[in-house]
Order: sequence, then C-alpha cells, then structure tokens
Amino acid sequence: MNSKFLQDKYKDKIKILDNGSVLINSDNWEEISELIKKNNFDYLMSVTSYDLQIDDMLGLAYNFYSTTSRTYLEVRIEFNKETEIQSVANIWQTANWHEREAFDLMGVLFKNHPDLKRILLPEDWEGHPLRKDYKEPEFYNGMPMPKDKSYWE
Amino acid sequence: MFKITDKSIIGADEMILNMGPQHPSTHGVLRLKIITDGEIVSHIEPIIGYLHRCFEKHCENLSYEQIVPFTDRCDYLASMHMGHAYSIAVEKLLDVQLPERVEYIRVIVAELQRIASHLIAVGAFGLDVGAITPFTWTLRDRERILDLFEQLSGARLLYNYIWPGGVAHDLPSNFIKNTEEFLNYFEPQIVEYNNLLTTNKIFIERAADVGIIPADVGINFGVSGPSLRASGVDYDLRKTEPYSIYDKFDFDVPVGRGEMGSVGDCWDRYWVRVKEMEESIKILRQALKSIPDGDVHEAIPKKIRPNKGEVYSRYESARGDVGFYLRSDGKNIPTRVKMRSPAYCNLSVLNEVSSGWMISDVITILGSLDIVLGEIDR
Repeated sequence: MNSKFLQDKYKDKIKILDNGSVLINSDNWEEISELIKKNNFDYLMSVTSYDLQIDDMLGLAYNFYSTTSRTYLEVRIEFNKETEIQSVANIWQTANWHEREAFDLMGVLFKNHPDLKRILLPEDWEGHPLRKDYKEPEFYNGMPMPKDKSYWE
Repeated sequence: MFKITDKSIIGADEMILNMGPQHPSTHGVLRLKIITDGEIVSHIEPIIGYLHRCFEKHCENLSYEQIVPFTDRCDYLASMHMGHAYSIAVEKLLDVQLPERVEYIRVIVAELQRIASHLIAVGAFGLDVGAITPFTWTLRDRERILDLFEQLSGARLLYNYIWPGGVAHDLPSNFIKNTEEFLNYFEPQIVEYNNLLTTNKIFIERAADVGIIPADVGINFGVSGPSLRASGVDYDLRKTEPYSIYDKFDFDVPVGRGEMGSVGDCWDRYWVRVKEMEESIKILRQALKSIPDGDVHEAIPKKIRPNKGEVYSRYESARGDVGFYLRSDGKNIPTRVKMRSPAYCNLSVLNEVSSGWMISDVITILGSLDIVLGEIDR
C-alpha cells in the first residue's frame, strides 16, 4: 500500500477511497505535502481540478510518482471554492504551471504561489470556464460574442 | 558556446526581447519574453495560450466516442499516440479486454508514429541550429510513414484511428508487406543522418554542453520522455509500467550518456531520439512477425457508459508522459477530462536551463525540447 505512511500518521483524518487514492482535508495539506516529498515521491505528474457540483465544492487531484521505488500515489483535496489552498510549487516545480492552470480554468485559489495569474486564457478574461455554473460572457473587450451557433453545431 | 555565471562582469542595462508568437524557431505560436543583458539571457517567461481551443471544456459536452478526434488535434505530430492514450484511459474506466490483434495493430501504428514524430524533431532541431538539408531528408522519409497511415485510415495527419475498445479498420491487405519494405529502406537511412548531422563538427559545437538539464531538476519540473531520458533517468513507461503488450517485446531504453559533452545537454536529447527510432524499428519487426488474426471490432462497446468513478492513465508518447484524468458520473458524457500534456511540463523548464546562455542557444534548447504547441495549449 503506497499510502501507508499517511495512514500511520493521520489515521482517521484522511480517507482512503476505493481506487486507493487518499482524500485529505485542506488544512493538513502543507504538512502532508512535505511528508509525501520526504517519502520519495519526487515526481508530481499532474494536478487536476474538478467541480463537484454540490455545495459549491471544488476538488484537486494530485498524481505522484516515485522514480526510485516506482510507486504511484493519488491525493485528493475537496474544499469550498472560497478556500485558499497551500501551493506546492516550492516543493515540486511542476505544480507552478499546473496550479496556474487550475486557477485559470477552475478558479481554485492558491496561497504562497510565486506567480498566480492566468496561463491559457487572456489576462482580461472574466470567469473560470471549467466551472459547471459558468456562463459565456455576452461581450469580450466590447465585441459581441456570437450566439447563433447554427453554422457549426 | 560559453555560459556566463558571474553576472557582475557585465554592467549593461537589461532589456526585454520579445520572441514570437510568429517566429520560425518557436515551433508554433509560442511567445517568449526574454530579459537579456546584451546577448546573455537572464530570464525567460514563456507566454502560452495562443492556440487554446478549449479542449477540456469541449469534452464536457461530448460523448466518450466523440472526444477521440479532438485528442488527435492536441498533438498533431503524434495523433495516434493521443488517440491511444485516451482509449487506454476509457478502457481502464470500462474494464474492457481487448483482442490480441487490436493490441498488435496499436503497437505497430504507435511505433510508426513515434518514428514519424522523432523524424520531425530531429530534422527541425537541425534546422534550428542551421542545418537545412537533414530536415528535407527526414521529411522525405516521414512521408513514407504518412503514406502507410493514409492506406490505413485515409488521413495523413489526424487519423481518428484508435477508438476505445478497438481500432477503426483492420489493416489493409498489403500493409504488413509495405511496412516491412519501409523498415528495410529506413534502417540504413539512420546511418545517413548520423553521417550528415549527428557527427557533424558544427552541429556538435552548437549542441553539446549547451542547456544541460540535471536529472533532479528534470524530475522536479516534471520533464518526461526523451528529454528526461537524455538526463540519464531510465524512465520509459513502456518498460517501467508496461501498458498494452509492450512487455512482450525486447527493446532497450536509450538514456543520455554525455558522449559529446555532459549528460543532459542538447546533443544528448537529440541522440536519444535517434536511438529511439532504432528501438522502434526493433519493436516493429517483432510485432510484424507475430501479429495474430482476429476481429478488430469485437470489443468496441455499443454504448460507452462507465460507472461512477475516476481514472488516471499514463502513456508514453513521442514527447513524454501523457496522462488522462477522467471523471465519470455514470452518464455517457464525462464530467471532467484533464490532459496532462508532456510538452507543457517540458516547456516550463526552459527558464531554469537557459538563463546564462546566449539568445542563439535558447533556440537550440527550445528545439531540443521538441515542443508541440497544440498539445501545450490544448
């Protein structure tokens, strides 16, 4: 079990899901991230943000890999969308751009991120498109957005 | 070819140089904001998003089958790999068992695609540092692979060939013979590339010892694929965590050894790609010899409606580690599709490795990373 070191330390504070991933609380994330790094998970593969569609909750899934022991770990955090999540960009540099992407498209707020700004969308874009309650804006920089989609849909 | 580490010896004012979005050496619509002191680069900020086509947002409104052509357009130089990576993720979610023949066909097209993609990478890298002829040679040989794919799927660039549960069509009758002919033609060509480019003194001077990515920096930034293996890290998903039927084949994973300079320099990243083409030929020869008969459509599900759940699957594409994170809530439309694109992470290391080098070396480093903007911006 790859997540044994987390279970030993945090016991009921974390939850092991069916597929082996670990669901944790956003308060413990700073401590846990350092513990994960200490346990040789040196490769952060991906940070995925998702919208839970219940009670304004968002989620983040971190996929880790250890190049020394060749094991795999997934850690998930689910939190209210107002909550600021501790950035792990100083531990794994991969997180820098992935967290910017999560902020840009899903509107996840990170604290202590070195450079939190939009990455894929223009800087003056409003809203976070991957949220399920996202409404397409009617105007962008004064230009009307086409509503008639019959020519391509 | 020399790196300034002591910044105090030059006192000129810094200036901002804007490279791109329209620039022949940025391999697409990438903009680099370079802060330079004279010719010496002190900081690079890559600005991406010019090719953002809302791939992930589109996926939330499309059924699982309809997403396949969209994945092709992410990495347009290795479309087969994207389709394959996505199909593996969906199959993991559905828990489908594939017929043996499908797995063989997928490995054959994936390895042909790897050769095609590396040919562009190798040729374009030569072009970036000023060698024009090798690019025309590699394109000439890539054309023969595209001809094979055209026979197979009817398209030359965006194939929509690998589907969840199978492939679109069985192999055409003469495909195996044509592929063997191509391999017989192509294997001696690699020697020609080596004579023309790899061992060329001017090329070595431009590429060796430039832009070294140390192994720990590469891992920390999430660099993957040939770019990480050039730093001496033996990390190839085909070997470390074999998916499909890669565990049946005998092949090596080339890693950088610093033959012309230091481990992890631009020349190593180039050389790993050349060696990988040789390994792909090895895999292809084995696969072509032992491909079994069977029905390629038998496992394609009538309707893709996975159970509630999440899956993260990984795949070794020509550029590195492609990950697909799928979330399903039991409908025929995924609630979230996230693509972990390898070139996105590979590009993020650019600032770290290029500060201290000259502007012309930034072109070399960027060329050696082999980025595809379609995949970075999605």
